[in-house]
Amino acid sequence: MRIRQNRAEILTNAKICGKYHKLIIKDAKISRNSRPGQFLMLKVGDSQGPLLRRPLSIHRVDKEKIEMLYERIGPGTEILAQRKAGEFLDVIGPLGNGFTLPPESRESEAVLLAGGMGVAPLVFWAQRLVAGKRKSAGDRIQVFIGARTKEQILCEKEFKKLGCDVKIATDDGSAGFFGRVTGLLEAALQTMDCQRIIVYACGPQPMLRELVRICRKKLISSQVSLEEHMACGIGACLGCVVNTIDGYKRVCKEGPVFEAKKLIY
Amino acid sequence: MTPDLKIKIGRTHFKNPVMVASGTFGYAEEFADLLDLKKLGAIVSKTITVKPRQGNIPPRTCETPAGLINSIGLENPGIDGFIENKLPVLKKFGPPIIVSIASEGDPGEFVILAKRLDKLSAVTALEINISCPNVKDAGKNLKTKLISQDPKATYAVVKAVRRVTGKTLITKLSPNVTDIVEIAQAAQDAGSDALALINTVQGMAIDIKTRQPKIAMVVGGLSGPAIRPIALRMVWEVYRKVGIPIIGMGGIADTESALEFFIAGASAISVGTQNFIDPGVSVKIVSGISKYLQKNKINSLKKLVGTLECKI
Ligand SMILES: Cc1cc2nc3c(=O)[nH]c(=O)nc-3n(C[C@H](O)[C@H](O)[C@H](O)COP(=O)(O)OP(=O)(O)OC[C@H]3O[C@@H](n4cnc5c(N)ncnc54)[C@H](O)[C@@H]3O)c2cc1C
Ligand SMILES: Cc1cc2nc3c(=O)[nH]c(=O)nc-3n(C[C@H](O)[C@H](O)[C@H](O)COP(=O)(O)O)c2cc1C
Ligand code: FES
Repeated sequence: MRIRQNRAEILTNAKICGKYHKLIIKDAKISRNSRPGQFLMLKVGDSQGPLLRRPLSIHRVDKEKIEMLYERIGPGTEILAQRKAGEFLDVIGPLGNGFTLPPESRESEAVLLAGGMGVAPLVFWAQRLVAGKRKSAGDRIQVFIGARTKEQILCEKEFKKLGCDVKIATDDGSAGFFGRVTGLLEAALQTMDCQRIIVYACGPQPMLRELVRICRKKLISSQVSLEEHMACGIGACLGCVVNTIDGYKRVCKEGPVFEAKKLIY
Repeated sequence: MTPDLKIKIGRTHFKNPVMVASGTFGYAEEFADLLDLKKLGAIVSKTITVKPRQGNIPPRTCETPAGLINSIGLENPGIDGFIENKLPVLKKFGPPIIVSIASEGDPGEFVILAKRLDKLSAVTALEINISCPNVKDAGKNLKTKLISQDPKATYAVVKAVRRVTGKTLITKLSPNVTDIVEIAQAAQDAGSDALALINTVQGMAIDIKTRQPKIAMVVGGLSGPAIRPIALRMVWEVYRKVGIPIIGMGGIADTESALEFFIAGASAISVGTQNFIDPGVSVKIVSGISKYLQKNKINSLKKLVGTLECKI
């Protein structure tokens, strides 16, 4: 699929809660070609910096609109948060491979595992899974969301609206399961047929590492969306590699979504 | 009247003096959707070694003020993989192809690479990369890490490559030296047709929370606007003492910064890190140079080269 660079109009750039923001831009061509799990590279600042573009996942698309969710964690995302509706943002995308439906998915159930901001691409993926439902046998998509506190749980409503079965874990126990979301998932797996599920995951590295370990132990098939520092985002600099059983692979090009069983992680 | 942007380096004619720097443009196919590749003066490939290299352990990049530190470690498919899979695609894009080559500790590998590439008509020129800070290219008996940190070793490698190829030869030098002029002179004496200045500046960055280096190999190569003053200074120093053409690079981000290099003495320029931020920047620089020359009533770019007006 063609990659485009464009100056896209900002329609909304607003705080949702705490350090979390929602950004909506208008770009019909990029929107039309986007798949769940893909991302954009955004030029957040001007010549004053920061120098590099910032990668953000595509959270949802709606006609010509592209939604993203981001957390203010450093200078780049702070500057992005100051950009106003009506301004233009230089974006490159859609980038990366995205989630895929493996052949065995017809008989399997989808389990989505999201940690913190990791919900962003998984909402888009859940939409696609629900839209393609009649084709696959899975009844209800099970979603596990992990967050630090109750306030930081994102997109619970969106998943419920899609008819997903949502379970929550918080690090401080302020909502749902008290502990790591991978702990919650592992408990739930006790009653599931591990050969009949596919886990799709996005979130912080410790969560993904734990998931990869669980999937390896129980022989569960899983696709995980990784993050690595990116200079180019288009496969040119070879900076964003992750180690796999087939050697180093570029997270921006062969990823960001990888089969868990291929990762040396 | 459109100003004349053509340049000649060695036996090669380039329709304009704007190139893309090795390692920052992949094998060009990555950029095919994002700019009109035909308009580039030349494409320089990622550096190729005899054997495939998997490169350094990640993390390999980090951002610093106005800069980027990288420690890719010359990941590449090796000469066979390059000729088989990359070159056929590269040559279709139009501009002359300059293939960057490096050794992994045995300078004899340069000769092997040059001989292989000499036979291929799709290859216009060779860039001898003896300046990558992320590998040790020098042989065991050399005290320095890099060939380009030693004038005698530089001379020997360039001379050996010169003997086996008639193709245009560019030698890419490291800024991590005390006297760049001495090294540049050695490359010229050995028969290099041009010099590429500069490769990255060694640097590092630390995460104070974890007290870990921000890139796994600790030290990497700094590029981007942060190194532009260093690069410009080296181009100027070399221009004053050495006769062969200079391809200037280091932090070029727009037409203005490109023009600085021509005025300092570069005959051509290469865009590196800025390709990541603004993939079309090189093409914009080509037309920007044209406009500047027109405005200043200069009919040929050659007349701008080395026109620094200074009191010393
Ligand atoms: C494919 C992909 C998709 C992403 N999707 C989202 C998303 O939907 N929402 C969201 O909030 N964040 C997302 N991230 C992480 C986001 O890119 C970083 O949080 C952001 O770049 C931080 O920039 P900063 O200047 O604010 O922070 P700083 O920490 O100051 O950034 C310094 C440098 O490190 C890089 N960096 C820092 N953290 C990360 C990280 N986790 N991953 C990659 N590079 C990083 C920055 O890009 C920058 O080059 C994604 C990352 C990747 C690779
Ligand atoms: C990610 C990255 C990879 C690079 N790889 C190579 C390489 O393989 N061979 C080489 O000669 N130079 C390599 N360089 C150096 C550039 O070609 C250039 O000399 C340097 O980055 C300075 O220019 P800039 O500031 O415009 O980037 C690399 C630079 C970067 C940022
Ligand atoms: S970020 Fe440059 S190759 Fe992935």
